[in-house]
Amino acid sequence: MNRKKLYPWYFASGAALLFFLLCFLPGIIGIAYSFTDWNNFTNEIRFVGLDNYKRIFEGNSEYLLYIKNTLVFTVFTTIAKTVVGLALALLLTRPFIKMKNLQRMIIFSPQVMSYLVVGLVFKSMLHPTTGFLNNFLEDIGLGFLAKNWLTDLNIVFPTVMTVDTWKGMGYIMVVVIAGIMSISPEYYEAASIDGANFFQQLKSITIPLLKPVLVNATVLNVTYGLRVFDMVYSLTNGGPGNATGVINTAVYKEFSKGDLAMGTTLSSVLFFVVLALLYFIIKSMEDKEV
Amino acid sequence: MGKIGKTAGHIVGNIVAIFISLVVLIPLVVLLLNSFKTSAEADKMTLSLPTEWVFENYSIVVEQGKLISSFFNGLLYAAGSVVIIVAVVSLAAFVISRNMKGINRFLYYFIISGIAMPINNVSLMKVMQALHLINTRGGIILLYAAINIPLSLFLAYGFIDTIPREIDEAAVIDGCTPWQLFTQVIAPLLKPIVSTLFVLDFMAIWNDFTMPLYYLNNSQKWPMTLAVYNFFGAFQNSWNLVAADIMLTLLPVLIVFVLGQKYIVGGVSAGAVKG
Repeated sequence: MNRKKLYPWYFASGAALLFFLLCFLPGIIGIAYSFTDWNNFTNEIRFVGLDNYKRIFEGNSEYLLYIKNTLVFTVFTTIAKTVVGLALALLLTRPFIKMKNLQRMIIFSPQVMSYLVVGLVFKSMLHPTTGFLNNFLEDIGLGFLAKNWLTDLNIVFPTVMTVDTWKGMGYIMVVVIAGIMSISPEYYEAASIDGANFFQQLKSITIPLLKPVLVNATVLNVTYGLRVFDMVYSLTNGGPGNATGVINTAVYKEFSKGDLAMGTTLSSVLFFVVLALLYFIIKSMEDKEV
Repeated sequence: MGKIGKTAGHIVGNIVAIFISLVVLIPLVVLLLNSFKTSAEADKMTLSLPTEWVFENYSIVVEQGKLISSFFNGLLYAAGSVVIIVAVVSLAAFVISRNMKGINRFLYYFIISGIAMPINNVSLMKVMQALHLINTRGGIILLYAAINIPLSLFLAYGFIDTIPREIDEAAVIDGCTPWQLFTQVIAPLLKPIVSTLFVLDFMAIWNDFTMPLYYLNNSQKWPMTLAVYNFFGAFQNSWNLVAADIMLTLLPVLIVFVLGQKYIVGGVSAGAVKG
């Protein structure tokens, strides 16, 4: 049987063509344009070498802050979602918890909502005077905890990251629960006979066997975090000032201002960062067959 | 741990679980309640029942928020793209997973790298202009198809790998051409992965906000997300209307979620566990 004839490569050409034209090509063109002064105000495009990259990396530019924010956001939300999701999964697989399925469903439900809508939900919840949270804190006598959640420079970024964790923790929980269910109960039986308590079992059985699932979830969270846009845009639009700006909100800002070269340069910086991680990302995806 | 300690542990565990469920649930309940209040009452958001139930909030929102046209736009974009994705991805996954050599191998890694790679939205605008796809419904459908192909291909590839090759051999002996083999033998076996792709991609596209923000500047063509965002900006002082608007946007997804819970949870976790 001739495999080449039976499985003609051009069956894959539809997917390849669409991906090439609308995902790959813009990435490559974008890198080419990052060496120019492309903008909306003149039709003339001049080669400027590394000037755009110098504007980002030299001195103390706002762009460096966006890159730093993106990295902080990625690291913090990845850790928070993994820790909270893992803890929830362990809790909601214990036999003594009541209404497990209902609670799992509730905690997972934000996953099906759009990031934008979750952002708007919390923008109304966290409004300093009319929002639910501050009113609730005052009603139960904890008024001193009420804050300007989305305008106070010191707490706005943690607020944004917490809202993102609120949305994403249920996903990790569900994935980890699926992983826990696939662990054979015999391991735990043997361990209990040997007298291992819950934490010893967690350390020696559950976590090691969940490693592929956790690595995979981490990869997903990292690639999401680096590319985050909707959540930040709808909650704060990068403000107040530049305090919560991330790479992709900055790209949109430059795009709206007409500084297309800067937009595409920032996008390319992100492209190179992910490209550097790509090998590990693909490797972890392929290793995951538990 | 003694018996009392154990019972105490169980109670604490239950309280923690319920507390977290409430943290997720309460924002949604508050919005639901406020969506029935008068403008003055909703000005201070609380977890109390409306003193007077104002159902007109919803009809006002549907009229002012262009929700009907944006609902159908969203439906068209998601359905159109999903059909394209399922067609091109199952064909590609079929030949790639059956013959993972040479050009197929290259194409596979080339495409799935897109799972992680960011989209350059600025230069994508240039490409969309060149292809005359900007500000068109067809353009946004093709774009959504393209950006969701990588993950879909990855999942479909893993699934087709589990279909035994002996089936192909039997079909070839019976005189099937490659096209017949795919359409008559393989395609009917793909139902489970097609439903997973359908759920995952439909949700991703329905919830997306970035692409219409960049590439659709005509409000007639906006999907739900963009319509809601603009409504929020225009009516920020009428929280009752904003709440009703958000509820109407969430409702379709939440209904689908409660009904098709099994598929969705399965589909969403497929990416991470099964493969």
